[in-house]
Amino acid sequence: MAGTSSNQAAEAGAVDALEALGVDGLSLSIAGSRILDGVSFTVPKGGVTALIGRNGAGKTTTLRSIIGLEHATGSIRITGVEVAGWPTYRRIRLGIGYVPEDRDVFGHLTVRENLQLAEVGPNPRYDQVYEIFPELAQRSLQLAGTLSGGQQQMLAIARVLLTERALLLIDEPSKGLSPRFVGELVEALEKVRGGATVILVEQNIHVVKRLAGQLVILDQGRVAHTGPVEDLDDPELVRRLLGVSTGS
Amino acid sequence: MSSPARSRSDTRPALTEVVAYRLSARSGAAGSAPRSKLGRGAVPGVLVLLALLPFAGIRIPGVLPSAVPVLNSIGMLEVLALCFVFGSVALGYDVLFGYTGLLSFAQVLYFAIGVYVTDIAVTVWHWPFLAAVGLALASAFAVAMLLGAIALRVRGIAFTMVTLAFAQAGYYLINDNPHNLTSGQTGLVMATSRLPAILVGVDHTRELYWLALAYLAFAYLVVWVATESVTGRVWQAIRENEQRVSVIGLHPAPFKLAAFVLGSMVAAGGGVVYLLVIGTAAPDAVASATLSVSLIAMVVLGGLGTRWGAVLGAFVYVYLQQYLVKLAQEPSFAQLPVVARDALSQPQFLLGLIFILFVLFLPGGLAGLGVRMAIRRHRRSEANAA
Amino acid sequence: MSTFTAIVISGIALGAIYFLVASGLSLIYGLMDILNFAHGAFLTIGAYAGLELSLHLANGGGPIGFLAVLLVAAVAGAAVAAAAEVLLIRPLYERPVSQILITIGLDLVVVGLLLGVFGSDSRQIVVPIWLTRATHVGSLSIPNGDFAGLAAGAVVYAGLGLFLKYTRFGLVIRAGAENREMVQALGIDVSKAFTFVFGLGGAAAGVAGLLYAVVFSGSLVGPTQGDQLLIFAFIVVVIGGLGSIRGSAIAGIVVGLVQVVSQYYLGSKSGWAEAGDISVVILLALVLSLRPGGLAGAKQR
Repeated sequence: MAGTSSNQAAEAGAVDALEALGVDGLSLSIAGSRILDGVSFTVPKGGVTALIGRNGAGKTTTLRSIIGLEHATGSIRITGVEVAGWPTYRRIRLGIGYVPEDRDVFGHLTVRENLQLAEVGPNPRYDQVYEIFPELAQRSLQLAGTLSGGQQQMLAIARVLLTERALLLIDEPSKGLSPRFVGELVEALEKVRGGATVILVEQNIHVVKRLAGQLVILDQGRVAHTGPVEDLDDPELVRRLLGVSTGS
Repeated sequence: MSSPARSRSDTRPALTEVVAYRLSARSGAAGSAPRSKLGRGAVPGVLVLLALLPFAGIRIPGVLPSAVPVLNSIGMLEVLALCFVFGSVALGYDVLFGYTGLLSFAQVLYFAIGVYVTDIAVTVWHWPFLAAVGLALASAFAVAMLLGAIALRVRGIAFTMVTLAFAQAGYYLINDNPHNLTSGQTGLVMATSRLPAILVGVDHTRELYWLALAYLAFAYLVVWVATESVTGRVWQAIRENEQRVSVIGLHPAPFKLAAFVLGSMVAAGGGVVYLLVIGTAAPDAVASATLSVSLIAMVVLGGLGTRWGAVLGAFVYVYLQQYLVKLAQEPSFAQLPVVARDALSQPQFLLGLIFILFVLFLPGGLAGLGVRMAIRRHRRSEANAA
Repeated sequence: MSTFTAIVISGIALGAIYFLVASGLSLIYGLMDILNFAHGAFLTIGAYAGLELSLHLANGGGPIGFLAVLLVAAVAGAAVAAAAEVLLIRPLYERPVSQILITIGLDLVVVGLLLGVFGSDSRQIVVPIWLTRATHVGSLSIPNGDFAGLAAGAVVYAGLGLFLKYTRFGLVIRAGAENREMVQALGIDVSKAFTFVFGLGGAAAGVAGLLYAVVFSGSLVGPTQGDQLLIFAFIVVVIGGLGSIRGSAIAGIVVGLVQVVSQYYLGSKSGWAEAGDISVVILLALVLSLRPGGLAGAKQR
């Protein structure tokens, strides 16, 4: 089994070396209501793609479906490998780092234990992580549940940086953080990204403009627009698809 | 524009919306045509057939659990009466587990109250029969209200454990034979002198059979009315998502207690009928955790949250239980290999195995199987029409 | 006074055995949200496996022999539990109620099988003589079996604590109890931890089944013994607070004490033969009325 899939990986990788992620016809209904309705987009290797849209447009559900936490139908290719039907942990091991919307650090574990848990590959890069987030080193024996929101967010990001991950899925990192912290966070994200491809779900349009190169805009469970981040300068598009005026 | 005020009101759908959602979800899943095809006439029709069964002296060799392989033999009528009793108790339990999603082990406690309080009042205290039944039902109601209120303080798995503990305490209490009321493990044979003559003795098995059938019909009616009412819709909403019920401003607690008490009362009434049919009360037969597990198995075999499924499941379970006991006494059984013989001599083993297979492969139970087949038939006829 | 002390020690020993059963239940519940009814079957299988070995040892085989008997009980319990997880629980990961139901079915099957093969009569475990004797401490006379129960409880409590704190598996189990989804989202195969936890719980249950028979049941084992014990273990788990190991340890001792003490002082009266068992249920009702989350008041769902 494992042999076959890695062969597939090699083969598919050769065919489409430029694609980090592709989803095709992703659909999901929960309790009778359609959450995702044929979401399709591809993300090229390298660069930051922002996945944006109004509340309830299906952004978080799309991320969760990609890693198999929701059982959506449709095709999902991670670095060219079709992963439909795979359990979550196997998808992650293709090189995904997932930072969930509510951080989901383990509150009853220490900072150090939270990081240890995330050591899924060889050679964990503690030096690098502690260099970027020195605070985590100082607080390594503190229970993660007692950290501030911003510190928990750093821990959630540090967790996925510990081992080499080619594709980072980051869900609303600025949510609930004070503006000062958002600035720090953006700097940290710029610093840590390295060569990884990033898919960023974000409500804060300034953060999107600062980090992202590409846009995928979701509306009512469908892809409503794709294009470069500069499209956000079009006030008509922003009002129609995001329901906010650029001024605010 | 999505103002915050509006989005908040969006998350609070009216009760009617929840109900409508449940209805649509259900007809969407099962298909509307098979439902109407099974039809209103089916239940009364089956009842009439069963009511006429004592006149059917048909000989069916091989499949009947009674000693004499005749459909209206006394042994067969007794087995069927037992099926009706447990059918009604399973129905009551389905309100709790199938409709409201409460996995309770306490159902057996109320069944035992129906059996034992009636028996003690008649046999030990020499009460008239109807007064004894009244006392049994009143006690069941009081105990259900009290223990229900305590057990429902916790949710989910803790609730299950607590109901199990209470039921088990009842079992211990009966075994303890306090004030020589219950006769402990020996069991308490009911004194028949104060009973209506028509309900006493082997000669009146037919009347007891009809009584049990009538009680099943009554229980079915009660459960039908309750589950189709607005309360019934709330029960199902609680089963699907209790939090959501709270969000729309309804307190789930009284609804859960109502389901608990209704199920308990149906069980207590079933206990009274059981006592009349069997004539004796024994703790292992009416109050043990084994009986709780049997009840769970019945509703799962039949199909959770379907009324006729619960009844059918009870039939299949009781029937198989009796039949397997008879099978183990057949001469041909002795020729089986030792291992097979050992295992098959215990109905519990086979019933457990069937139960596991149902959970794994037929989670909708027999009712689910019926619906699945009906949908397939429906689709085929649609395809033919097109 | 010395009688009272002996009774208290006996109650704590019973509590230690309840803890052995409850710890597995608690671990399984904490990680997987499953109420495992088959735990009673694991207890009984462990006891029967130990019994089979003990029949082949002359005079119970002395202390080493008895340790071997315990080991066999643990291995048998662990093997059956792990197999049950892989074969029956795993196909139902998306269906929590069905997982509980299937453990009920498994318990029916195992008990039915034991009844069919061995009959309903209890069978006698052969134990070393010293285990049936008592040790005299001053004016006290304490059955050696009580010490065996206490030792097993202490070893498992300490071992479990160290395991959970200092091993990677323990870390995964602690994290999984908090947020199973996120553990998988870090790339960890959490189903391995599920199987492991079942095996661990099964091992503790096997030991408990054997020790309970030896210490509190005159070395007799019957097919339904595990299920009877399981009900009290459930009560211990609820009183202790679902999912809490420390809560289970404290509640185990409290329940054991209440049961043994009330049984000793009330159980001899006519019509009160099961006073101990009923007191435990009353204790449960009291705890739930005052603290629905149990003593530890950990997570409650």
